[in-house]
Amino acid sequence: MIWQFDLIILTLVVISGIASISIRDLLGASVLFGAYSFLMCLAWAVMGAVDVAFTEASVGAGVCTVFFVAAVFRTSRRSKD
Amino acid sequence: MPELIDILIARYNYWVVICLMMIGLYAMMAKNNLIKKIIGMSIFQTAVILFYVSIATKHDASIPIIGHGHNGHHAIHAADYMNPLPHVLMLTAIVVSVATLGVALALAVKAYQQHDTLEEDEIIEQLKTEYLSQ
Amino acid sequence: MKRFSLICVLLFGAVLLYGSMDFPAFGDPESPASRHLSPYYIKNAIKDTAVPNLVTAVLADYRGYDTLFETAVIFTAGLACFLLLRRFRREPPEFRLYRHIDTGVTLIIEQGGKEPTDSNEFQQIDSQWVPYDLIIQKAAGLVVPFLQLFALYVIAHGHHSPGGGFQGGVIFGATLILMAISNDLRSTIRRVSEAVSSKLASTGVLIYAGIGALCLILGANFLNYSQLSKLIHVSSVMARSHGILLIEIGVGLAVAAVMVWIYYNLVSAGRHDEGL
Repeated sequence: MIWQFDLIILTLVVISGIASISIRDLLGASVLFGAYSFLMCLAWAVMGAVDVAFTEASVGAGVCTVFFVAAVFRTSRRSKD
Repeated sequence: MPELIDILIARYNYWVVICLMMIGLYAMMAKNNLIKKIIGMSIFQTAVILFYVSIATKHDASIPIIGHGHNGHHAIHAADYMNPLPHVLMLTAIVVSVATLGVALALAVKAYQQHDTLEEDEIIEQLKTEYLSQ
Repeated sequence: MKRFSLICVLLFGAVLLYGSMDFPAFGDPESPASRHLSPYYIKNAIKDTAVPNLVTAVLADYRGYDTLFETAVIFTAGLACFLLLRRFRREPPEFRLYRHIDTGVTLIIEQGGKEPTDSNEFQQIDSQWVPYDLIIQKAAGLVVPFLQLFALYVIAHGHHSPGGGFQGGVIFGATLILMAISNDLRSTIRRVSEAVSSKLASTGVLIYAGIGALCLILGANFLNYSQLSKLIHVSSVMARSHGILLIEIGVGLAVAAVMVWIYYNLVSAGRHDEGL
């Protein structure tokens, strides 16, 4: 395990998490949530949890984002906060 | 200075877990939009998963797949491999989280069909006027 | 409200920070979580099950009950989405849109009007239709079969490398969703209908539970695959390896079908006529 990667990736995870809940556009929020999931998957791959990272790459960054986009498509894209 | 870096490495994952839990909880409590609340719920879930994966890590250990050299001839040391048990628990938790995310989004779509808005305060306002008019 | 929740969240964080003082250091091999049960799995998994990937061995063999009910939870979630969103009553739409493929002229057929039947000339389109991007459509069509092959590889090769039923199933479901996004929802539903996906989901859970019941019939405990050696004439260690493969297939089937099922209901808001 390379601890420098661990620190950098986890910092980026926190930043993208804050960004995805503070952006007003819901489509942008779902795309940022996909980026958050993918960074989280990188962090787990660095920590040696290869199976968990693989699952998160296919589920979190793939299917979750599609579900969010589908729900935003069926509802509205604007958010007040 | 080296001691500080040691403390940082030993604690940084837990701090990030706490940070992400606070972000998720804040999004669930303070945001009005239902989709934002669902994103906060997912962030909270991944924070718990990150905590479990962090406690499974061992220094100088390999990924939990035993190499082909081992056919029962050599002894296998537990310290050489990451702890597989939290990985198993979290693997199923991720797939269940996507299924529950689908149900949550279905509820949000249903609420939008009935009230024509995703904002929680507007939905409560509509329900109040409906209740008063009865 | 915002200030109140901010105070709550800060209190919550402070309590957690105070609790985290006593945690073992990150990466400590002697931490309590790594001392009790997992050394047994690491030392004995390959001897017991002949599966080098410890995660797969623990997931499908030692903790088989856990995974069985996780699969049941996923199936229940698909069912919940279906029951929440699906509109059974089919009210006819006010108008339908048909596009003449050669000229690009769009016809609006109002309710009761005669619809064009020749599907080679006319194509039904969504109300928010935009022209298809040829590159995306063809590239996705080229990539989908290889992705499906990769999904099957991930399911079948979960014993030796990262992967298994959950990951392969999600990738397989994602390829069908990719087809729906790059073409349109209607043509994908014609290929893999809702009835097929719901039946496949329940079949997957039944395969898993059925393998467990088969072990019960053969005279061992529920989900004790070593008894399968009586049926397939291999040693009891290899029988456990093959049993893991069988239930991974069941899990993959259930997960892929549920992902597609949830997507159909979510993207068309339960109407299954038009969507992303």
